[in-house]
Amino acid sequence: MTDRAETDARVKALIEPFNKKGIPVTDETRFAQDLEWDSLTVLDFVANVEDEFDILITMNQQAEIENVGQLVDAVEKMRTA
Amino acid sequence: MSGNWSTRSKRCGRPELTDLFSKFDPLIETREQLLSTGITDPFNLVMEEVVSPTVAICNGRKTILLGTYNYMGMTFDPDVIAAGKDALDRFGSGTTGSRVLNGTYVGHKECEEALKDFYGMDHAMVFSTGYQANLGIISTIAGKDDYIVLDIDSHASIYDGCALGDANIVPFRHNDIEALEKRLKRLPEGAGCLVVLEGVYSMLGDLAPLKEMVAVSKAHGAMVLVDEAHSMGFIGENGRGVAEAQGVIDDVDFIIGTFSKSVGTVGGFCVSNHPKFEILRLVCRPYVFTASLPPSVVATAATSIRKLMHGKAKRDHLWENSQKLHAGLKGLGFTLGTEEPQSAIIAVIMPDLEKGAAMWEALLHEGLYVNLARPPATPANMTLLRCSLCAEHSAEQVDEIIGMFEAAGRKTGVIG
Repeated sequence: MTDRAETDARVKALIEPFNKKGIPVTDETRFAQDLEWDSLTVLDFVANVEDEFDILITMNQQAEIENVGQLVDAVEKMRTA
Repeated sequence: MSGNWSTRSKRCGRPELTDLFSKFDPLIETREQLLSTGITDPFNLVMEEVVSPTVAICNGRKTILLGTYNYMGMTFDPDVIAAGKDALDRFGSGTTGSRVLNGTYVGHKECEEALKDFYGMDHAMVFSTGYQANLGIISTIAGKDDYIVLDIDSHASIYDGCALGDANIVPFRHNDIEALEKRLKRLPEGAGCLVVLEGVYSMLGDLAPLKEMVAVSKAHGAMVLVDEAHSMGFIGENGRGVAEAQGVIDDVDFIIGTFSKSVGTVGGFCVSNHPKFEILRLVCRPYVFTASLPPSVVATAATSIRKLMHGKAKRDHLWENSQKLHAGLKGLGFTLGTEEPQSAIIAVIMPDLEKGAAMWEALLHEGLYVNLARPPATPANMTLLRCSLCAEHSAEQVDEIIGMFEAAGRKTGVIG
């Protein structure tokens, strides 16, 4: 498994408990529009991602992330930085 | 309206105008829906006369005020009024200038001296509003590449200060000490960090665990700013706030406060012991590029602050009021923001905005004004009826208030 594929799998596993509608999650799935997450859900989810990878995702970075693929890329970048 | 815009732009041969107001459409619709039920607009109340810190005339009716931030009831204090009148006569109605040019009068310096005495700190800087104090201090000391770690439920003025300074913003779950510590641990080595906390969170009236949070922040080399807007004058042995009450005021780098709550006028401030603090007067844009407070305002503020130092009896009575109201509302079956009363704010949680607005209106008809708070100002999308008590509310008034809540609650079906 490549590093990105591994990160992708771990991120998607973290999404599942918050995927209330049970929609299929792809790179293109958007957090606000498709998963319909509110700000508190985002806070909890981001905290879980931060704990999982021992990284910090600032609100400034979050503002640039709209979909799952972008988050995986961002996490991947931080892990290798 | 939109038709007019597009007709005109077409006639001029220009591309069709995009209405910048379109983004407000959902809010306009929510508002229209609410008001179409015939309910009084909760965000458009006019105080026709103000009789005292606790009573006003609204819609021609005598109304008990339970939704002001006049915690210590200083707005009609005779010494405060006299100081304001005297300053008006001696210094005129306004300064027409910035603090760093022609806008620093002897009254501004006296007000800063009063704050230094009140907090026992070396430096005090007075801003034109509390909002500007947060905006100015936060944006100036934490800039690009610095980190601000803050409670997710922070006040809008804190978030706006973060945005203005362009710092990296790291929020943590409300009042969660472990969540704060985790984030501090992950900061890049050597990065500048400001932890921003509030003593009392104004929506639910709950306190921050400052003792633990300040210790954790200091252990990780961060500077700490505490906004004590809703605790000044009331909480702590000398009314210095939650940081004083929890014994950590000496470890707090910056305290932000306001004159528009316990002090009873308008204005904001920051106090600090930082040896380089005074340089902020030259580099803090929301301090420099605005007119200073009118002489009468700083005179009333200074007088009020000095009187608040000796406000023990008032503080005690305010605690009694808070406990009495909390117990009374809880006994009636209302859901409250905190299990126990923690401050002078008692938040009553409403099932939804519609019920909240109906309850707000029913209370107004009973002769009681409270704050209706709703998203996005509130945490977790709650609709709240926020009650803030005053040291000048008599025990009888608090009984009356509880009776009004009972009547309005039954009428609207919020309680059974």
